[in-house]
Amino acid sequence: MQTHALEGGFTDPATAAAHAFRAVMEAMARPGTIHRLTGAMPPAPLSPAAGAALLTLCDTDTPLHLAGEADCPALRDWIAFHTGAPLVEPGQAMLALGPWQALAPLSAYPVGTPEYPDRSATLIVECPALEPKGATLRGPGIRDTTALSLPETEAFRANRALFPLGLDFLFTCGDRIAALPRTTLASAPSGATEDL
Amino acid sequence: MTETAYNFAYLDEQTKRMIRRALLKALAIPGYQVPFASREMPMPYGWGTGGVQVSAAVLTPDDVLKVIDQGADDTTNAVSIRSFFQRTAGVATTTRTQEATVIQTRHRIPEVPLTEGQILVYQVPIPEPLRFLEPRESETRKMHALEDYGLMHVKLYEDISRHGHIATAYAYPVRVEARYVMDPSPIPKFDNPKLGDCPAIQLFGAGREQRLYALPPWTQVVSLDFEDHPFEPSKADHPCGLCGATDSYLDEVIVDDVGGRMFVCSDTDYCEARQAQGHRGKDAA
Repeated sequence: MQTHALEGGFTDPATAAAHAFRAVMEAMARPGTIHRLTGAMPPAPLSPAAGAALLTLCDTDTPLHLAGEADCPALRDWIAFHTGAPLVEPGQAMLALGPWQALAPLSAYPVGTPEYPDRSATLIVECPALEPKGATLRGPGIRDTTALSLPETEAFRANRALFPLGLDFLFTCGDRIAALPRTTLASAPSGATEDL
Repeated sequence: MTETAYNFAYLDEQTKRMIRRALLKALAIPGYQVPFASREMPMPYGWGTGGVQVSAAVLTPDDVLKVIDQGADDTTNAVSIRSFFQRTAGVATTTRTQEATVIQTRHRIPEVPLTEGQILVYQVPIPEPLRFLEPRESETRKMHALEDYGLMHVKLYEDISRHGHIATAYAYPVRVEARYVMDPSPIPKFDNPKLGDCPAIQLFGAGREQRLYALPPWTQVVSLDFEDHPFEPSKADHPCGLCGATDSYLDEVIVDDVGGRMFVCSDTDYCEARQAQGHRGKDAA
């Protein structure tokens, strides 16, 4: 049990984190695009992509909230050893990690202040699937439109309405990552009649 | 030649994580200046410490780095930053815009259109576009929060009433996605139209002022103007003396002490590539 927590980090932290960050940054700069994110082997139930994102972004300066199945002893130990991130309630979190249902309600997380909209949480959402189809996305970073399998669209539309405040999202599944910053307009898959 | 006494790309990992988190927020809020804990770098403020820290945070060993200073690859600032990353990150370097994956720039955007795989890192001296109008940080922060940009329009209007036209020629303010007014760094306003709808990621770092900001690809960037005084990108009305280009931004070079001068491309890579293709200007040897 203990030895497991010591394993699964980046083998070469400086270069692995550099490659991982580029994948995360490309995902955030081009919402809806899916990128490979590897290098970490975290204990179940965490995906390798979410593990690499944690190792790249988390340290003792980043209060982290674990939601649902992500809040388990194996993962707490792994995060404590590899990042030292303090585990907190949603209201103090800079980063949060878990499946979509367990992360709710989104209103619990800090969305920044009008003077400092950057002081908002980033949510790492573990997804059962991540496909370039489903909701239609528009906004900065997207040339025309792009499609991404989002767990829902209403929450992201409400989040978009808060701009420049709001939450930013990373979606992870297996060794893949995509992102949805607060600027992105998400509309339901065609068929549903949602207005922009 | 890679220096092994330093961590990859000079900065320690905790510093890079801090900068990387700030970069993600900057991309999520285009044009907003994110405070970050800028470090002392082994070069003076004003030499691109902000750009260097951003470059260090985004570089991977696979990158090909280009550094330009006012468009030139061969000036002191560009040469020393390029060799800094050669030594501390072991990355390949180039002077060709098309071959580079990361381009750090001081006050120019390359003439060759940027592409999707590229990242442009700007060195920024004063990131706050409102700073010369309102010196208090507490006030400019409120002005951004309230979208209170009337003062900037008054400044442009005063230009018109005094000079007959908007006399701001560089660091020309822009509005990003109809929200934040942003200083594009002291690029000539000739380069402003290249900021918007750009396929590359654009990152801005101000080391002394401890701010960074970003433009994701395909972002709407509008130069501020008035209906009866529309924005006009401008350049010297000459062809390049060396390559004959009529579409590039030009530097004026004084060549003797009796008023002789020539105009040459500020982008040295663009000019050299054109000369290699056989283009000749009137001053070419």
